[in-house]
Amino acid sequence: MDPQSTALLARDIGAGLATIGVAGAGVGIGNLFGSFVSAVGRNPAARDNMFRDVLLGFALTEAVALYALVIALIILFA
Amino acid sequence: MAGQMDALGQFRLLPGLGPLGRAIDFTNSNEAMLASAAIIVILFALGLRSRALVPGRLQALVELLYEFVRAMCVDTIGEEGLRFFPLVFTIFSFILLGNLIGLFPYFFAFTSHIAVTLTLALFVFLFTTGVGFYTHGVRYLKFFVPPGVPGWLLPLLVPIEIISYFARPVSLSVRLFANMTAGHVMWEVFAGFMLLLTAGFGIFGAIASIIPLGLNVALVALELLVAVLQAYVFAILTCLYLHDAVHMH
Repeated sequence: MDPQSTALLARDIGAGLATIGVAGAGVGIGNLFGSFVSAVGRNPAARDNMFRDVLLGFALTEAVALYALVIALIILFA
Repeated sequence: MAGQMDALGQFRLLPGLGPLGRAIDFTNSNEAMLASAAIIVILFALGLRSRALVPGRLQALVELLYEFVRAMCVDTIGEEGLRFFPLVFTIFSFILLGNLIGLFPYFFAFTSHIAVTLTLALFVFLFTTGVGFYTHGVRYLKFFVPPGVPGWLLPLLVPIEIISYFARPVSLSVRLFANMTAGHVMWEVFAGFMLLLTAGFGIFGAIASIIPLGLNVALVALELLVAVLQAYVFAILTCLYLHDAVHMH
């Protein structure tokens, strides 16, 4: 293989590896909502109050996954 | 489906407003910004025209927005937060409308450009730092020294605090930009699957492409949630930073 296509191949592999970071966000979001469900099970009355914080936590956790996406895009297109 | 999927082509800046716009570099992104600002102003002008004691639908919507952001300010910053309410409300409504406008086909999501979100985030960062120094003077630098920490840990902790402080504008801007970009790219990718299926398998592919179409419909709902949520997150993080600046921890 010539160096040019090797570099392209390595770039694509790198972008694929960058998406592994999403796994962490998956764990985080699962953890978040799992804790939320068990908390609501203990104290259903506090559901609405907690859900606001859960949404905020969801957005913050999801953003971490998107950092991985940004890195993948930078590898691919920049 | 000719060649490759052009998932990022939708974020290309095009000249807006005809030849005049071309002359002053007025782009479709600027058009969307003007539109979102205009929608907010018109919404409030129309909604508050009657000032009824029992609000109509439009007035109820306006009051809902107002009270939502006001409660957010007071809950997060405290009573002093009302001083910053106009700023937080402006940022929140501008980003919210920008995200929502971007959801419509043929409209432009200006929050999907890092230049826009970084400008907003840098403004928030400089403003909160300014508020901190204005309120506390040089003592604001004590913000970087966490209270109740043994002295030998400080050489380690102070640099960490400083780095995390300066990471604020980066994380604030990348969060909004990446969320909006990712959502729009996902739409494009699933729409591209439909074209690929039809091109590859003919009539069966066209029937099977109902699956990516359905996914896209579900994604619209998700993106609606994300658009509102990210505006909320941006605003509440602004409030948190202001709280840090006013109260120091």
